[in-house]
Amino acid sequence: MSIVILDYGLGNLASIKNMLRKAGAQSIISADPAIIAGAAKLILPGVGHFEAGMENIRNSGWLDLVNQKVLVDKIPVLGICLGMQLMAGHSEEGDVSGLGWFDARIVKFRQEEIGSLKVPHMGWNEITLKQSHPLFPDIHEEQRFYFVHSYHWVCNTEADQLAVTNYGYDFTSVVAKDNIVGMQFHPEKSHRFGLAVMQRFVQWGQE
Amino acid sequence: MKRVRVIPVLGINKGRLVKTVKFDRPAYIGDPLMAIKIFNDKEVDELIICDIRASRESRDPDYNMLQDMASECFMPIGYFGGIRKLEQARKIFDLGIEKVGLSSAFCENPQLVSELAGNYGSQSVVVVLDFNKGIFGGQQLTAFSGTKKFKRTPSEAARMAEDAGAGEIVVQNISYEGTFKGYDIDLVHAVASAVRIPVVALGGASGISDFSKAIKAGASAVAASSQFVYNKNDTRSILISYPSQEQLKKELYASL
Repeated sequence: MSIVILDYGLGNLASIKNMLRKAGAQSIISADPAIIAGAAKLILPGVGHFEAGMENIRNSGWLDLVNQKVLVDKIPVLGICLGMQLMAGHSEEGDVSGLGWFDARIVKFRQEEIGSLKVPHMGWNEITLKQSHPLFPDIHEEQRFYFVHSYHWVCNTEADQLAVTNYGYDFTSVVAKDNIVGMQFHPEKSHRFGLAVMQRFVQWGQE
Repeated sequence: MKRVRVIPVLGINKGRLVKTVKFDRPAYIGDPLMAIKIFNDKEVDELIICDIRASRESRDPDYNMLQDMASECFMPIGYFGGIRKLEQARKIFDLGIEKVGLSSAFCENPQLVSELAGNYGSQSVVVVLDFNKGIFGGQQLTAFSGTKKFKRTPSEAARMAEDAGAGEIVVQNISYEGTFKGYDIDLVHAVASAVRIPVVALGGASGISDFSKAIKAGASAVAASSQFVYNKNDTRSILISYPSQEQLKKELYASL
């Protein structure tokens, strides 16, 4: 039983594997249903275009299996960056449906509201936690993470919102529901702050 | 509070960490892996690794060294040097490095920037613009470690990079590199005001006050090399350093 990093052709998978190793966990990068079937936990990574991501996932041959593991078996799953966004119901990027694990939509940063700030939002930023969670136990801890994105999450169900980040305005940067967590930033590229999150993901459900 | 990225640049030549002045006289600084471990411990915002002679000497990136580096780095990394083909960039991304920088390849074949952006997204492609004084005055775009010149003004080159699909531009004036005299602020302004994508200033910074000036001139991030490898900007004394979060908050972010 291990952590499987889902490979659908997009994203920097080696850096996630490196960070998990640093967090003391072995992981497998795979698109093979036989390996995914044995996963104890899943990571849905991703960098790039939403529509291309969904198309690759539909062609991957593992979508039904992953839906089963996430929604029925309820194993812990972590979505990172585009991987988080794909868990929503719909995205403006390509005007397409996502995996639909959350009642949420993905929209482009509203340039008229962020003024002179540039899109993509690229660099380090802080998160403000709205609730505590096994991956973010201390809601007052000052933590910074590395972000790169042009689109962001909008919750239709406020209870899903775990944290917000300010870039011209507050947007949803971490979401959680049952066994699923999604984060807009890259924990694998966020020093000890990201390491702590990954260590807690490794331990999640094992206490 | 506005945060801006402060990015150390590590020059590499044949597996050694080196530091040049005006792209010349590479001085041996030490072991690149050791330097990277120290920068990782200091929690730098991002790191640029630059093989300074790879394009000029038509060498491939040193993938083994880059793999060792990437497994020690838990921050974003850009790699510059010797990339001429999509396949080379793919190998770099597969190591866990998320950005590649193109200078010589951009000057000769801007189409490669478009191909990379199309396959891996704009955020993975940085165009590096090195300028030097032209014979008849003005700034001239150069490539292959400054040895080859191209007829492009700073704003023309910047727009070409943006149009090709670059996610970011790193800009430097070669005659400022390693001199501690501050960035070429006019050049930073000319490039940043020509494009909407983020521009990173490089070359000549002596400390945080120079960072602040570059950001005010329109840069979105700042990069530097000498001041992070020399002790108190004294080139006789090597010391890997990086400002603390408190120092950055107080002296840089608060000034913006």
